[in-house]
Amino acid sequence: MKCSEFLTELTSYLDGVLDEKTKAELENHLSWCHNCYVVCDTTKKTIEIYRDSQLYELPEDLRGRLRSAIMTKCQQHKKRGPQSV
Amino acid sequence: MSDFGLQPGKYCIAKRMGAIQNKVVGPVSEELSLVQAAKRGDDSAFEELVRRYDRNVFRIAQHITQNREDAEDVVQEAFLKAYGNLQQFQEQSKFYTWLVRIAVNEALMKLRRRKPERTVSLDEDIKTEDDSLPREIADWSPNPEQQYTQSELREILSKTIQGLPPGFRTVFVLRDVEGLSTEETAAALELSVPAVKSRLLRARLQLRERLGRYFQRRENGDGKSGQKMGDAPSGDGNQ
Repeated sequence: MKCSEFLTELTSYLDGVLDEKTKAELENHLSWCHNCYVVCDTTKKTIEIYRDSQLYELPEDLRGRLRSAIMTKCQQHKKRGPQSV
Repeated sequence: MSDFGLQPGKYCIAKRMGAIQNKVVGPVSEELSLVQAAKRGDDSAFEELVRRYDRNVFRIAQHITQNREDAEDVVQEAFLKAYGNLQQFQEQSKFYTWLVRIAVNEALMKLRRRKPERTVSLDEDIKTEDDSLPREIADWSPNPEQQYTQSELREILSKTIQGLPPGFRTVFVLRDVEGLSTEETAAALELSVPAVKSRLLRARLQLRERLGRYFQRRENGDGKSGQKMGDAPSGDGNQ
């Protein structure tokens, strides 16, 4: 496997959806190609950092206000009928 | 040598790398029961759906709009639209996927209104196939996120993802932050599966490269320890 082929398969590899043969070829490539190993490792780390980051969490007080506003509007919509959205 | 264990050939690659695990949002059957109850007019069931997905919708909306007030509006408008159109929901996909599609459309509309000078759509930003090829292959410090405080890290992550085109950002958020499958992401964005895969790869690589500016190992003190893609010597596996 060449470096360009590794890149093509990287997303499927990280998502765990590669077939066994391609996965073995990719892992063989990673076992000797330092650059691709670094790209794979840091790409995986990128995903994990974003996933664990709790970026843009909804604060509980705002969450309560939003939910209350949503349900009030839904009830108004119900009273007015289906044309109002 | 990296503390990530970057020593080619000496580690079990499969064990070290592995696949990314997806978040599970909640049992589908329970979701369907709530949807059916809401369709029969049970508002407490709909409120439970709001409770279940409001955080996700807010995150998605803020990632797309990059604006807190717009994100709040999107949450309200998306749930209200879902409520108003619930009878049209055919139950052939997950309610959450359907809701995400509504929320993404609302968020993109906000973005268009705020940036009327720019065309904002999921179809833009398609450039050449190799625009995301890694240029710098710098190793990162061990546990790089621990070099920063929580607020510094959030600032870095927020600034970095803002730099991505909306079409890439949205795919990355749905797929990697919210844990939708490739097929669900494609359905929610009305894109083909290959288009989602292509954008996801490019989004991941671009983010990786941009985060490297903050996280890369600086052995020489000049931050220029990275190599370029293709610099790797030909090895016995290079066929």
